[in-house]
Amino acid sequence: MRALPWLALALAFAFIYLPVGTLVLFSFQDGRVPVPPFTGPTLDWYAAVLADDDLMEALLNSLVVAVGSSALACALGFLAAYGLARHALPASGLMRGLLIAPMTVSYLIVGLGLLIVLNRLGVGVSLWTAGLGHAVINLPLCFAIVFASMGAQQHNAERAARDLGADEVRVIVLVTVPMLAPALLAAFFLSMTLSWDEFIIAFLLTRFDVTLPVEIWSLLRSGLSPKTNAVGSLVFLVSVAVVLAAELIVFGRRRR
Amino acid sequence: MSLGTETRAGWGFVAPALLWTTAFFVAPFLVMAAMSLATLEGRSLVWGLHLDNYARLFSQGYLLRAVAVSLEITVTVTLVSVLLAYPLAWIIAFHVPKRWQRLALLLTILPFWTSYVVRSYAWLLVLAREGVVNDTLLALGLIAEPLTLANTRFATVTGFVHFFVMLLTLTIYANLVQLSPNYARAARDLGASGLQTFRHVILPLTLPGIVTGAFLTFVLCIGDYITPQILGGNNELTVPQVIMVQLGRRADFPLASALSLMLMGIVTLAYLACARWLRLDRL
Repeated sequence: MRALPWLALALAFAFIYLPVGTLVLFSFQDGRVPVPPFTGPTLDWYAAVLADDDLMEALLNSLVVAVGSSALACALGFLAAYGLARHALPASGLMRGLLIAPMTVSYLIVGLGLLIVLNRLGVGVSLWTAGLGHAVINLPLCFAIVFASMGAQQHNAERAARDLGADEVRVIVLVTVPMLAPALLAAFFLSMTLSWDEFIIAFLLTRFDVTLPVEIWSLLRSGLSPKTNAVGSLVFLVSVAVVLAAELIVFGRRRR
Repeated sequence: MSLGTETRAGWGFVAPALLWTTAFFVAPFLVMAAMSLATLEGRSLVWGLHLDNYARLFSQGYLLRAVAVSLEITVTVTLVSVLLAYPLAWIIAFHVPKRWQRLALLLTILPFWTSYVVRSYAWLLVLAREGVVNDTLLALGLIAEPLTLANTRFATVTGFVHFFVMLLTLTIYANLVQLSPNYARAARDLGASGLQTFRHVILPLTLPGIVTGAFLTFVLCIGDYITPQILGGNNELTVPQVIMVQLGRRADFPLASALSLMLMGIVTLAYLACARWLRLDRL
């Protein structure tokens, strides 16, 4: 009876790791189909991925869209959080609600709304419009994270700087932003990972230049291939490395 | 310090984000709502206040069928995910030694970071006719013929459950470790059995966490296009899949808009149904 929880835990982990394990194992398949029996290992498919210009371009596109849209969302979110936390404004509850609202609607609907408007205005879809869509869905997140970490502690430091003669811009640049750096970084990296992996908005709002998830999606149409396994494994590896690094940096420091 | 200039400066900070959200979220949403009341005559769009698209939702069999399919899949996924995640979170919270719990949780959510599209593809690989599952079952002699697992509703549900078990384990675990052990102790002292303690003390106390996680699962699951599209095959379509078909092949934006608004309506109803227990602010 004592072994039962451990058995259940083992089964749960088997279920959780079955797809990832299969994905990674058969990325080393020496053959054209990623199904048993396993023949290999070979690194041919990884070489094929790195030599695929479309994939590499999509990867770069994804990176640019993720960094650009996250930077914009963070900047807008920070300014709004500062304005609402430090100034007495009428209807501030309503404004907070409006800024958070995109978080409650599914990505498909956000993307569809933008697509309709862009079509009406005759604006063609591109990486710019995909970035715009990602900034729309990431703004609520950045705003909420920064707003939640604006405390009395920063406010006192800001007041002190004000009393010593700094104008508001200098206070923000020299006091508020450095004190909020952890929250800003957290917001930036979270929205980057979301944008990096986002599919449906990127799919609706791009055409010729696409992001990585959309490019992988078009790879899927040609059926099962170890090459898709190799791309997937690479993306997984990079994400895990980033998560572990963040874990070690953020939590390792906190423990000390 | 005069309040007037202070307020004006405050507006200056909030305005960019407000304008952004209004221009690229609120306005498109209103246009979409108007679009849902327009109709297509041939290839040209006629604006107006028609309810035709909404009437079609109820008169055309395949649309109603898609709503039913979406609801069936989403409810199944939500229930199965909670039933699997709760024991898993329980084992991690109460059986795994304290110092290993962080690691166990990290391991539980690690596959979360595989790319979204790739995760569904990986399940296709596992469930394929020549895939790992069929291969193993055949080798063990449990089946004589490979089973059709991929491109079925079973595959869609499996892919979804895999994703949401990770998410729910995390939220339910957070709930369980917050519970003071004194509640369970008090119940035991008053003579409750293990099962009674769980049923009358632990379960009600963790219900808000469960409902919040289940609501999130419901919302994300019913609006998802990728998982059913990759894993479900073309035998039955969910609402997001029908929306994408309308956008692609037929360019029927009015119907796609009406379907989207109906999807939002369903989510709103789900929200109202469990609002009593929801703690979205505590996420």
